Amino acid sequence: MSASSSPAAEATATRSVAELKQIAAQVRRDIVRMVHAVNSGHPGGSLGCTDLLVALYFKVMKHQPEPFDMNGIGQDLFFLSNGHISPVFYSVLARSGYFPVSELATFRKLNSRLQGHPATHEHLPGVRVASGSLGQGLSVATGAAQAKKLNGDDRTVFVLMGDGELQEGQVWEAAMYAPHHKVDNLIAVVDRNGQQIDGPTEKIGGLGDLRAKFESFNWEVLEANGNDLEQLLPALEDAQARLGKGRPVMILMDTQMGFGVDYMMGSHKWHGVAPNDEQLEKALQQLIVEKAADY
Amino acid sequence: MKDFPYTEKKDTRSGFGAGLHELGKTNPNVVALCADLIGSLKMDAFVKDFPERFFQVGIAEANMMGLAAGLTIGGKIPFTGTFANFSTGRVYDQIRQSIAYSGKNVKICASHAGVTLGEDGATHQILEDLGLMKMLPHMCVINPCDYNQTKAATIAIADYEGPVYLRFGRPVVPVFTPADQKFEIGKAVMLNEGTDVSIFATGHLVWKAILAGHLLAEKGINAEIINIHTIKPLDVEAVLTSARKTRCVVTAEEHQMNGGLGDSIAQLLAREEPLPLEMVAVNDSFGESGTPDELMEKYGLNEQAIVAAVEKVMARRK
Repeated sequence: MSASSSPAAEATATRSVAELKQIAAQVRRDIVRMVHAVNSGHPGGSLGCTDLLVALYFKVMKHQPEPFDMNGIGQDLFFLSNGHISPVFYSVLARSGYFPVSELATFRKLNSRLQGHPATHEHLPGVRVASGSLGQGLSVATGAAQAKKLNGDDRTVFVLMGDGELQEGQVWEAAMYAPHHKVDNLIAVVDRNGQQIDGPTEKIGGLGDLRAKFESFNWEVLEANGNDLEQLLPALEDAQARLGKGRPVMILMDTQMGFGVDYMMGSHKWHGVAPNDEQLEKALQQLIVEKAADY
Repeated sequence: MKDFPYTEKKDTRSGFGAGLHELGKTNPNVVALCADLIGSLKMDAFVKDFPERFFQVGIAEANMMGLAAGLTIGGKIPFTGTFANFSTGRVYDQIRQSIAYSGKNVKICASHAGVTLGEDGATHQILEDLGLMKMLPHMCVINPCDYNQTKAATIAIADYEGPVYLRFGRPVVPVFTPADQKFEIGKAVMLNEGTDVSIFATGHLVWKAILAGHLLAEKGINAEIINIHTIKPLDVEAVLTSARKTRCVVTAEEHQMNGGLGDSIAQLLAREEPLPLEMVAVNDSFGESGTPDELMEKYGLNEQAIVAAVEKVMARRK
């Protein structure tokens, strides 16, 4: 696939919300099909974060899929810390031109570049660090943001974490560090779906008042509905407007696990379970795309 | 037995500090991070002269490893500095996923390794770090022997693309290697050619091996002494060539027997050239408080221990 034929190479600034919604529906079709094909993977969080990743890769971020440059100088960078939602990451990378969409069929299979959790080891374009063992992405993104400052590169670093992931101690080491060092070219997003493998986050390991926590760490904090592009896009604009003022920006993004597929929505039971044949059919019937282009 | 004259004793960590400062002057991509141990790691000069390229992380080693991985994205060459214990065991998963598996060009620089850390005791005296690091695929593991070699190694690893674990220590030891040496990663250094036994030593045990060589010479034993400053990748050719000549081997290191240099050489010999081997290393034990010399004696890591191992292995030689 050449860069010129990839959607991301088009003028992203003019892309309408209606177009983004079509892309998001296609990505959600990819997610359920990928997970179904290997009867493993994590559909719940992937579906919940689809709107964010589509907004970033198809509208907000300045990035160059081809040729992929690990250093990404002059580009906005995205890091996925909650690596288990690799299906949405892979689909969005493929559909924005980082690698052929047909390669999505290799997800989680032997000799694939699309490992169960994202890895650089197989040189998949678009992935800049391995993730999966939770809690590490905010540190990596902060380091990358500091490298941008050293390089005089004024672009932004984005990082997505799960809310259950905030139970990892390293997140709070990084949360303390980034404002102390005035890393104000960093936008972190917490996928606040309230669910983790064993149940609701507040039942497993209460996160409490995240706004108050991050504000007390000296972050700029805003909240957004992560499953409504009409609200999410202005929130991302708001976040960008708050950069460059001495503080990193945190978006507490409310989503529903499994968004877009009614029987998966809002339940931790679909965190890491694949749909069967019948369930897949039902899901695809709900994910309507005008010009479906399944891999 | 060759003489190795020296005029001063210095700590290897100061060699690291001097090498890092030199890199600050010569390589604009080199950046340094420290977890609240600037003085202990001898990073003061770098911090003073290159403040914009230094990151004080505080007591947050896991975050430091992640930050270092991130800094490579943008072309920086991060050198992390803390004690060996907090550079490895405390942050193993961060190194494994964000640095080693991700193939990041991070230099993990670890001071106060082994029992020679002394009085602070076993919580801080890691003896498992070489094993932990050498088990990670593609991790380069280096343990230089004196100030000059540590300085040269620090400078050399900046030009090596990929993750490196550089281990050094706290006590002052004789500075006997050349100040102008070129450090070649993965290349063993022949110190004394001999015919009766091959002694492969690393880190602080290299000087002990030299002292042992003199004691052995008095007994009429002609020991070949080789400095294995790079544990991984191991200089297979140098080890096999020497072992095939002398037909018996002693290894010496300030580390557990499990997972250290001796373990690597035993594996190599078992596969290529089965020969009797004795290990001078810590045998499945934690350390304790004491002076470095007291501890090296108690844990069998001095020249007398090497001499005893040589006599034992020569008696086993066929």
